[in-house]
Amino acid sequence: MADLLTRLTDRKAWTRAVYDPQVRAVVFQALLVLVLALVATEIVLNTAANLKKQNIASGFDFLTRTAGFDVSQSLLPYTSKSTYGQAFLVGLTNTLLVAALGVVLATALGFVLGIARLSPNWLASKLALAYVELVRNVPLLLQLLIWYVAVLRAFPAPGDALALPFGAYLDKRGLHLPHIALAHGGWLALSILAALALAWWLKRRAKQDQKSGPAHSPSLRSAGWVLAGLVPVIVLIWSSLGATVRYPVLGRFNYEGGLSIEPEFLALLIGLTTYTAAFIAEIVRAGLSGVPRGQREAAAALGLSRRQALRLVILPQALRIIIPPLTNQYLNLTKNSSLAVAIGYPDLVSVFSGTVLNQTGQAVEVILITMAVYLLISLATALAMNAFNARTAWAER
Amino acid sequence: MTQESSSSKLSPHAARRGDPQRAFLDWAREALFPSPGQALVSLALIVLAGWIAFAFLEWAVFNAVFSGSDGGACRAAPLGACWPFITHKMGLFLYGRYPDAELWRVNLTYVLALAGLVPLMVPGVPYKLALSLYMLLVFPVIAFILLSGGVLGLPYVDTALWGGLLLTLVIASVGIAASFPLGILLALARRSDLPIVRWSAIGYIELVRGVPLVTVLFMASVMLPLFLPPDVTIDKLLRALVGVALFSAAYLAEVIRGGLQAIPRGQYEAADALGLGYWKKMGLIILPQAIRLVIPGLVNSFISLFKDTSLVLIIGLFDLIGIVEQSVQADAKWFSPQTAATGYFFAGAVFWIFCFAMSRYSSSLERKLASRVRS
Repeated sequence: MADLLTRLTDRKAWTRAVYDPQVRAVVFQALLVLVLALVATEIVLNTAANLKKQNIASGFDFLTRTAGFDVSQSLLPYTSKSTYGQAFLVGLTNTLLVAALGVVLATALGFVLGIARLSPNWLASKLALAYVELVRNVPLLLQLLIWYVAVLRAFPAPGDALALPFGAYLDKRGLHLPHIALAHGGWLALSILAALALAWWLKRRAKQDQKSGPAHSPSLRSAGWVLAGLVPVIVLIWSSLGATVRYPVLGRFNYEGGLSIEPEFLALLIGLTTYTAAFIAEIVRAGLSGVPRGQREAAAALGLSRRQALRLVILPQALRIIIPPLTNQYLNLTKNSSLAVAIGYPDLVSVFSGTVLNQTGQAVEVILITMAVYLLISLATALAMNAFNARTAWAER
Repeated sequence: MTQESSSSKLSPHAARRGDPQRAFLDWAREALFPSPGQALVSLALIVLAGWIAFAFLEWAVFNAVFSGSDGGACRAAPLGACWPFITHKMGLFLYGRYPDAELWRVNLTYVLALAGLVPLMVPGVPYKLALSLYMLLVFPVIAFILLSGGVLGLPYVDTALWGGLLLTLVIASVGIAASFPLGILLALARRSDLPIVRWSAIGYIELVRGVPLVTVLFMASVMLPLFLPPDVTIDKLLRALVGVALFSAAYLAEVIRGGLQAIPRGQYEAADALGLGYWKKMGLIILPQAIRLVIPGLVNSFISLFKDTSLVLIIGLFDLIGIVEQSVQADAKWFSPQTAATGYFFAGAVFWIFCFAMSRYSSSLERKLASRVRS
């Protein structure tokens, strides 16, 4: 007891403790935890008080209540009698749809532009540069408004729609495509799956053969590749012979019968694609010029053509530089798809954080769910791209 | 013009021959028509570029309307730009509904900002530290008093009246100024040895970077009032500013962290050897070097923040794009087929000039930094 008392009153011991990094670390972190906890409690208490004052319910029961509003585009069955939970799913699938298509198209356009930036053709490289500088420096929101209001909505009314090839029409209500229903869809899917599996197996065998010498005769291997390529084509021809095509026909107010794509979706897809492609082009250019000059010269010395050198030597190495920032662009595109709310495409934010929030008033739950969904999408994309990156990146010598 | 000038750049031996026409032809053959395939591509691109340029001129000049006091003349020319819409609304686009009699206050704020920014951005001008302190500590106070008023005999101007380019600039600069110290703290915390501090920073940064700005703005506009005590009301603009600052702090933190990581270990160890404590080590040795290293990245963050300010349209604030959009959609007097396109073109041009100038500045800094490192 007396011992403890002397230790507590020993001034030197206290001074030592105050200057001890370990003691400081513990105290500092304890303070941080305390401050964070205080802020969190304050927020929770205030929110509870405010919600009670405004008579807003809390909890997630609202997800099972009837929504009572319509959604202009939906991949899932949805009517105004569906629940808020179903409205959430519709918004989520719409977001995923536009993000997935946007990622594919923006990658294709971005690679073309990035390669054109380094083209020996002066005009091609300057035009690609002009495109990148023009698109990168204008806000995406403005570009979406331009595509939606100034371009797509400025098309003529259905009566004088612009006729496109293959029986398609473009008017201010969107793009109307022929609807093609292939016969024997099940067989088609099965044959494509079988061909993919065969190709994957052949590729694996080829890798093993490269290491330990061929196990099968080359003609057998070529036969396998021909089979993998030919079977789906034959099945496709067979199923398109029995396919039914419904062309869009001008009804009383609108084109009917075909596959109609809403102008909101088109504007968002075009805007996201063209905007992200400008950033991807710069990434691709940086990646391609990041490959040492000697590699290009070595490829030329081996007698490879420019195209072969690009495909076999430059691109595989450039991909190692390109993939991490490319992942960021994919995530940006997905997050930017939330700007759909400005042009009325029913994505997650527009349907859920917009309409559902306004109707139920349950801001906390709705916004937390929305943020959690985007976080999950970001995390999943990052994980998938990291796995892909781990496969493409190879060890330095 | 540009072809002439770049011809001398691209093939000096041709230019040396002294015949500019010959030099141009040589250059064109080398750069545009080296092989039949490339020649076809070049021809197609020349047609494409010419078509785009002609279509633009047709819209902006040949078919355009240049005068008029309402949309009547524009309705008569459905294929050309409606320029009087811009000239008549210029005040609205630049200042929002800020009272005409008080506009000198906005302009004075711009002049004071330029007086601090220009010498700060031009390399070689002394007093950089004093200027940065002026911009970070003194200028914001003066700007707030000037713009908002209510003291010193200046009439109060409600933030609901601020709009257009003024609001865009206010949100972007307050956003960057407020998020800068926060970003430094987050970057330091993320590289801290204390696990709780580090994991809090990682959690915050990754959380914010994983969600779109739109949801953060929704949160700031809908949830922030719920978080505060019931008797506190918070200005709509302030809510947006809080959202923008919290959002961009996470991105700035990552940029600054890049700079911290690039500082050689020896600098940290030298500071330790001198007996400097953590804050002195960071404030005097590490941060000055790290921040100078990432200035191009900071400018790039500012460019994206500047573009992102347009999103406040979604929570009902009228920045440049918001006010153009509102005038396009809601003003029946100026309704015409090309009003929207003209308005968007104007807003796009203003944003483009700002962003392009900033990106040029950032890349010139980058080149300067790169050359300094190499030498």
